[in-house]
Amino acid sequence: MSKNPEIKAVGTAFQSGSRAGENFVWLTSMGLAIGLTLVTSLLALILWEGLTVFWPQRVAVFQLVDGSTAGIAGKTTLAGEVVDYRTKVNHVIGKAFEQEYQLFVGNKDTYGFNFKFVDANAIKSKEYLNDYIVAERLENGRLIGVPVAIAMKDGSTIPANSPEFAHKLEEMVTGYNAQRAKILRIEKYRIGDINYEMEGLRLQEKGVRRRAAGDKAKEEAGLAPIREREAQLKKEYEVLAAEAKALRDGLVGNNLVLRLAGGEEYRQPIGAMLEFYYPNQLGFFGKVSMFFHRMWNFVSQDPREANTEGGIFPAIFGTFVMTLLMSVAVTPFGVIAAVYLREYAKQGVVVQLVRISVNNLAGVPSIVYGVFGLGFFVYFVGGNIDHWFFYESLPTPTVGTGGIMWAALTLSLLTLPVVIVATEEALAAVSRGTREAALACGASKWQTIQRVVLPSAAPGILTGLILAMARGAGEVAPLMLVGVVKLAPSLPLDTTFPFIHPERKFMHLGFHIYDLGFQSPDAEAAKPMVFATTLLLITLVVVLNLGAIMIRNHLRKKYAAGTF
Amino acid sequence: MSTNTRSTDEAKPLTSHPRAHNKGTSSTTTSEEGLIQWNELMPQDNPIPYIRVKDFSFFYGPKQAIFDVNMDMGKNRITALIGPSGCGKSTLLRNINRMNDLVENVRHKGDITIDDDSIYDPSIEIISLRKRIGMVFQKSNPFATSIYENVIFALRVAGRNNRKELDEVVERSLRGAALWDEVKDRLHSSAMGLSGGQMQRLCIARAIANRPDVLLMDEPCAALDPIATVKIEELMLELKKEFTIVIVTHNMQQAGRCSDYTAFMYLGKLMEFGTTQQIFTNPKVKKTEEYVAGKMG
Repeated sequence: MSKNPEIKAVGTAFQSGSRAGENFVWLTSMGLAIGLTLVTSLLALILWEGLTVFWPQRVAVFQLVDGSTAGIAGKTTLAGEVVDYRTKVNHVIGKAFEQEYQLFVGNKDTYGFNFKFVDANAIKSKEYLNDYIVAERLENGRLIGVPVAIAMKDGSTIPANSPEFAHKLEEMVTGYNAQRAKILRIEKYRIGDINYEMEGLRLQEKGVRRRAAGDKAKEEAGLAPIREREAQLKKEYEVLAAEAKALRDGLVGNNLVLRLAGGEEYRQPIGAMLEFYYPNQLGFFGKVSMFFHRMWNFVSQDPREANTEGGIFPAIFGTFVMTLLMSVAVTPFGVIAAVYLREYAKQGVVVQLVRISVNNLAGVPSIVYGVFGLGFFVYFVGGNIDHWFFYESLPTPTVGTGGIMWAALTLSLLTLPVVIVATEEALAAVSRGTREAALACGASKWQTIQRVVLPSAAPGILTGLILAMARGAGEVAPLMLVGVVKLAPSLPLDTTFPFIHPERKFMHLGFHIYDLGFQSPDAEAAKPMVFATTLLLITLVVVLNLGAIMIRNHLRKKYAAGTF
Repeated sequence: MSTNTRSTDEAKPLTSHPRAHNKGTSSTTTSEEGLIQWNELMPQDNPIPYIRVKDFSFFYGPKQAIFDVNMDMGKNRITALIGPSGCGKSTLLRNINRMNDLVENVRHKGDITIDDDSIYDPSIEIISLRKRIGMVFQKSNPFATSIYENVIFALRVAGRNNRKELDEVVERSLRGAALWDEVKDRLHSSAMGLSGGQMQRLCIARAIANRPDVLLMDEPCAALDPIATVKIEELMLELKKEFTIVIVTHNMQQAGRCSDYTAFMYLGKLMEFGTTQQIFTNPKVKKTEEYVAGKMG
């Protein structure tokens, strides 16, 4: 306590007024708060929208007021999942308080659309009837209706109210799913292998013709074994094709008869059904298990129907493999460059210029890298490799076209500045004392770098790699030029020799989002998929980063020099 | 120069340099420049001059850091370099294993020989020179690997990977650094888990692992507590049986306690060089007297 009251007063005023000059705390904290709010709301939106896609909705049945034209085809009953209930603005009468429902009515083949908007004041009643069924199909999206009976191939029927109905339907759907899987195995792998070999033979034939150069006898002699093998393969193919056809024929004939909301009868071939459930009979745990089941299907299945249905497994896999390949390419390259810049190059104007250029490379628009990748990797490198090693198959390019390898290399160029800058920083942070200790022990400069400096800098290098991976995994524009496609028939890694196919085109989550959201014929139907895909892309980046962070922490513990 | 030639070397008495010889007549002569070269205050001590600094000057760019230093450091003796900060004692020490070559824009005049081999002889590789000279730094700087790997670092970089030999070296070096008993059960755990004193002794073990002839110590106890300091000092007295030790220290008591000879440097010049007893009890130069009495520095 000061004896002088004036001093005390001044002190208090000073304290409460500008807080000893710390008023910029508000500015900085505000910046952080705004940033955090934006990021969390974005993540929360994606999380919510991306997860609710998988939650099974109940099917509501609406009775419309008599004479309403709001229904489908003049009918006054309609059923669907309520997607949204919102206030619509009627610009004509200028009133903003009318409510409307957005319904997912399904049955696209019958109705011609998936979604229907219905004014709330046209609705007389809304109820949830237990007998409604939702079925996933191979084509035309989901089916919503009331099952009537199963019409068997032999003419007999099993009515929906008989006790064995649900069990029988389940059994048939499961059986057909297994059958389709079998057809897929035959067509994709066994016939695929034959096609692969046939293609090889065709190239051999071309080569023989070219080498024979018009010499008929020589040509015949060279072609004989090829013809023989070709005939053999053809025979094998016919056997397999007949097998597949028999299985395929077994899929048709049995139909599920339903009554749609408006009273129309609909016959759904059971062979084209993937699964079905009674949405209004599901309890909480039933819904939870359905939720996880659908989520699993989404991440593990191939896409169907122009990517708007089914899963996105190829895109996840493509993104993952591409990011890993990119990391494998960018790390050694970036680290070596940084080691030279920091450790060997004479620090001066030239090195400084190089450093500035490298930093500025990070600001080049990514599409420019895409164009460069297309011109250099695909056309120049790939084209030349084709010319030297795959001459027989020209003009069809083998590696002279977009592929996962070229995409990974293009992205590694894009992320190179990040790795170089981070590595340089990490190298600079290794203390002089540590280097001197190694040199004093008789180590050469390279031994010092290799045995002491690089291990100590490893955590910092990995930080750069984490940033590079996050940047690379989310990049879309350059990939569109160097190998991403809307639908890739086969993965870059599979069981066909030589197992790794760096020349193959691939699917990518980022491109998938673009494709679903902006290139899809039914934007409204694709919207949930866009959110779910975005969520997955973020999850994938987080998983990759967590992996790298775990490696980094392990290294930090190992090389705990306290420099980081 | 091989061990063989060194051992056959005739033990000639440690005398001053020819140049100093011309100037001075007897032991504790003060030259015209106020430079005391050598003395024989300890006539019973008769070391072989092992490291000889001859007319040595050193420049960082345009700035001269060392001016015409001449001194001999005796074999199996501890020579302490003392002086105020910036007097060039660390520079001199770091020149003995050419550590200063790492700095850009440096040059030197004169020569330093170790056992009559010039360290600047172009036929001697700098790496093989450093293999003959161990160095301990002010801040202990163990590598972030295991204790074991730290000790054998010099052998590893020399490409010696014989497991049995390495095990022997680790035990011998750690015993030599008086650390064996404390760490023998955790040789493969991280060196970063050691205490400051243990780390510094580990650095000593690392410096002596490759059996160098010379041990350079640049303020080895500056960052240590008194107990660890005493341990290191005792260790030095033990190590001098095997090595020629040169130590830079700011600690007068330390120089007094453990060194045999002391050189006082001031502003890049060697002001006085003599037995430690003489420098501390009977300094000939006024600056030395002021410094050891704590009036300057």
